[in-house]
Amino acid sequence: MSAIGENEIALAPAETMPVLPPRRLWRQLLRHNGVMAGAIVLAIVILIGLTAPLLGTVDPSAIDPSVRNKTPGTEITMRLDDGSKVTRTLLMGSDSLGRDIYSRVLYGARVSLIVGVAVSVIAIVIGLFIGMIAGYVRWLDGIVMRVMDGLMAIPAILLAIALVSVWGAGLGTVIFAIVVPEVPRVVRLVRAVVLSIREEPYVEAAIASGTRTPQILLFHVLPNTIAPLIVQATYICASAILIEAILSFLGIGIPSDIPTWGNIMAEGRQFFRLYPHNIFFPGIFLALTVLAVNIMGDGLRDTLDPRMAKRF
Amino acid sequence: MISRRTLWQGAVAALLAAPLAFSSTGAMAQGKTIKAVMHSDLKIIDPIWTTAYIQRNYGYMVFDTLFAMNDKLEVKPQMVDKWEVSTDKLAYTFTLRDGLLWHDGKPVTSDDCIASIKRWGSKDSMGQKLMGFVKGFEKVNDMTFKMILKEPYGLVLESLGKPSSNVPFMMPKRMADTPGSEQVKEFIGSGPFMFKADEWKPGDKAVFVKFDKYKPRAEPPSGLSGGKVVKVDRVEWLAVPDQQTAINALLNGEIDFIEAPSHDLLPLLEKDKNIKFVDWNPLGNQYTLRMNWLSKPFDNVKVRRAVEIALNQEDFLKATIGDPRYYKTCRSMYPCGTPLASDAGMDGLLESKFAEAKKLLAEAGYDGTPIVLMHSTDLQVLTNLAPVAKNLLEKAGFKVDMQDSDWQTVVARRAKKDPPSQGGWHIFLTSWVSADILNPVMVGFMNASCDKAMFGWPCDEKLEKLRDDYARETDPVKQKQIGIDAQKRAFEIGTHVPLGQWYLPGAMRKNINGMVAAPAPVFWNMTKE
Amino acid sequence: MLGFVARRLLATIPVIGVVAFFVFIMLRLSPIDPAAIIAGEYANPQQVAEIREKLGLNQPIFSQFFIWLGRLLQGDFGESFFFKKTVAQLIVQRMEPTLALTVVTLFIAVIVAVPMGVLAAYRQGSWIDRVVMGFSVLGFSVPVFVFGYSLIYVFALQLGWFPVQGYTYLRDGFLPFIERLILPSITLSVIYIALIARITRTSVLEVLGEDYIRTARAKGLPERIVLRRHALRNAAVPIVTVIGLGLALLIGGVVVTESVYSIPGLGRLTVDAVLGRDFPTIQAVILLFSVIYVLINLLIDIAYTLFDPRIRY
Repeated sequence: MSAIGENEIALAPAETMPVLPPRRLWRQLLRHNGVMAGAIVLAIVILIGLTAPLLGTVDPSAIDPSVRNKTPGTEITMRLDDGSKVTRTLLMGSDSLGRDIYSRVLYGARVSLIVGVAVSVIAIVIGLFIGMIAGYVRWLDGIVMRVMDGLMAIPAILLAIALVSVWGAGLGTVIFAIVVPEVPRVVRLVRAVVLSIREEPYVEAAIASGTRTPQILLFHVLPNTIAPLIVQATYICASAILIEAILSFLGIGIPSDIPTWGNIMAEGRQFFRLYPHNIFFPGIFLALTVLAVNIMGDGLRDTLDPRMAKRF
Repeated sequence: MISRRTLWQGAVAALLAAPLAFSSTGAMAQGKTIKAVMHSDLKIIDPIWTTAYIQRNYGYMVFDTLFAMNDKLEVKPQMVDKWEVSTDKLAYTFTLRDGLLWHDGKPVTSDDCIASIKRWGSKDSMGQKLMGFVKGFEKVNDMTFKMILKEPYGLVLESLGKPSSNVPFMMPKRMADTPGSEQVKEFIGSGPFMFKADEWKPGDKAVFVKFDKYKPRAEPPSGLSGGKVVKVDRVEWLAVPDQQTAINALLNGEIDFIEAPSHDLLPLLEKDKNIKFVDWNPLGNQYTLRMNWLSKPFDNVKVRRAVEIALNQEDFLKATIGDPRYYKTCRSMYPCGTPLASDAGMDGLLESKFAEAKKLLAEAGYDGTPIVLMHSTDLQVLTNLAPVAKNLLEKAGFKVDMQDSDWQTVVARRAKKDPPSQGGWHIFLTSWVSADILNPVMVGFMNASCDKAMFGWPCDEKLEKLRDDYARETDPVKQKQIGIDAQKRAFEIGTHVPLGQWYLPGAMRKNINGMVAAPAPVFWNMTKE
Repeated sequence: MLGFVARRLLATIPVIGVVAFFVFIMLRLSPIDPAAIIAGEYANPQQVAEIREKLGLNQPIFSQFFIWLGRLLQGDFGESFFFKKTVAQLIVQRMEPTLALTVVTLFIAVIVAVPMGVLAAYRQGSWIDRVVMGFSVLGFSVPVFVFGYSLIYVFALQLGWFPVQGYTYLRDGFLPFIERLILPSITLSVIYIALIARITRTSVLEVLGEDYIRTARAKGLPERIVLRRHALRNAAVPIVTVIGLGLALLIGGVVVTESVYSIPGLGRLTVDAVLGRDFPTIQAVILLFSVIYVLINLLIDIAYTLFDPRIRY
């Protein structure tokens, strides 16, 4: 075992686990309070992100120097480009460029969700690939796992910060920077599943009867990784949303004119004492979303992966 | 089991003991200490290598100048005792004051000053102009030296008494012999304060102590000239990147002075009776937008003109300063309230006439290439400029690609002549201290000498000739006319766009007095009761 | 035993080697030219080229790596691009605040989380258990800086119980020192408490099902003693392990917490270095944090083997 191999306690199932038949699984999931609560909140956030333009928002990047730093509830008169004037209420106030926080928070949901989903999908796909190879190709195992150990020794946020600083801010870089530290965790998980499956009698029988490696991986190994990976994906999604917000908050994430929750807070922290709303509104949305994903993850784990649930 | 617990306890004890080992015995400051939070952290200690204002401020603590500008914008001798100019105006003779010492105890000599002028002359834009007229230096004796010109030059003293970045600070010869591309490694000056290198912690604090052997001039202080009498024992610059922390510390009396409190946070200070504001830089500052002539489409004068027409000063000032007490629009390249200020050549500009700008863009055949606009995100007084520019330029039909970075990166990137797609740029915004831009020779952005000009690299023979004429002209009335003509020409060809004037008072505790009004914050004459 | 320790130490070398190589290659592949940063605003291409030469940036990348590694092994972390100090000096200067913050955080986290976890396990399924588990999920979900600003808003701005931000060195007095550390430490400890409480609950639950607990109870030992002497002690291995593993979370949290509270520690040095593209400092800080992380986990690991007769490797 390596110095940090003990992570297995949290992640890797030692043996294959029985997966419930689909229909019973669905029923169980629907009955699980955590999964339902998380899913409902998440669905609302997704809906908000998708329908942001219909929810009384304005262009979230539009600046208006004459209405800067307004507190929530202030009524303003806006001049439109065609010269007409409209009165509207700033539900969540405005920032130091006079941008509407309400619109920015609603549009910000999009970025958070894109980052969360993209990171978990990409990390799972890459991790699955490397993990299967490492678990199956014996001579590669040592090298791959040493590299993964090394990557895991760098605290995730530090690694992401360093990667973003090197490659420059942008949505793509941010996603890449969060994927890199997540991959080794997926690799470990997949590898552990592969190693245990290899020993199963039916797999040994398949090998003995001359079934080719890709087929074994595809038909025997892959299905067994699905349940733990779904659970892992939700956790990665939650942590990705958090890390994106942290990067933006530190001023090295997504470009500042794109409305993200982290960016709104980064802008607002300068004037936190006078205008705390710039931190609180996006903060509440961010915390609720991550909470929903985490609760859903816990519920999924309880249902899909009872062994892990017992351990954690 | 017990052993495990002992181990754990031992580890905790070791961790707890560790901080003690790191905390130095740092003697508590004796006597009067002024604790100041400056606009930025002191990371570099070479005021010639960089034009950054924090290094200029450091320079005024540690170094001294041959000449200095007083509060009426006149140049007065500072380290120089006597000076004379030959009747053919080709030879300037400078004699140093008696008793000037470096902080290591050695006397200041002519050799030191000649080397210092040369190093500054290789870096500063006004210095480069001066050096273009200089044939050479002659050392007369340790206290006296001559500067020999190729032809008469009207701005010799104005150059040597230049108030702001880069200031021609005098350094010991061994430091001044450092190539301009490298930073000096020592902290030895002949100024009123000594730098405590052993207490310097970048990111935390920089410490200065009174230089006991400094010989101030007899005159009262005026601007950056006159007697630099130090009335405290010690000045500490604390690095507090968060403005709210700094303001809180000032309210609690933990610090004495904030050089540049954010405008939006001033209300927090205005309520408190123990705090007062001192406008140490009454001439203020000017926001400026700079275009890169080397990058298409800004090689086309019509496109540059479209920018001049699309912008307006009010939006920038409102978005960055907010409080109208601290800004004013100023339709002039030279700061309003200074001799050359004029709105010549500005008809129809800076009024956000978008339709007109669009027409010009169409005539110029602008194809919608995104304009790379550099956005500095870490300096509060600059942060909101670029988004406003983006907003106005987009309304005028430009496509804008605003790219975020910290100011340091903007500074490194703006020097690149590469196309914007390969790390270059189209537009950036900055701020000048008014005292830096009083006439066409001083305004760095009016330098139109193509490759040799400041980043943006405008290229115009006519403007260059006007600047040279200005430098040679000795009659003030004619000089003024040339200055105004130069501004007209600069607007015509679109070198840069002035975006209005702004002011920022320093905030200090009531018991701090005697701060000198000058283009740079200086700590001599300051008292603490 | 010694052989075991030596083997374990040797095993960390490739891990640290991979970290070092990764940190090195990552910054070298950057599109940003460090020479241009060092050269400054008025440098001409020739000066930049000279600096490239001086830094050895023109050599093949592998020889650059080994030169860098050789220096590292001699304790030479290089000179910061900006601060004009050696990186080692910078790190030593910034050590105290970070160390103080982590120690106080660890202290708070262990003191709060372990009893929480034990209680939750003991009353499994009760409202206490639900509250503890709920808090745990919440702790993982609320971003450090949102929590930090909320604490500042309530306890520093509204109630005025604590200073808003900043750091006071220990040499300037213990009271002002600890006064400014309380809010940041609470902020930082939340995620850690969430983690430790969870693991404690799970481990204690498992132990409570064991025979010897039933035996102890049957002997008529008071529940307090059963919990403390038998259950908690035997559940300690996974708890201490997770404290070690959780250091990664803690280190990430330090970076953010120090930014929120304006603490001049290693975390802010990291952010400053990243914003200023100060490559030698970034490399050194990441390497340092990673090595500390690996070594502490190694220590915990070795400690079990030495002191717990049940564990054999």
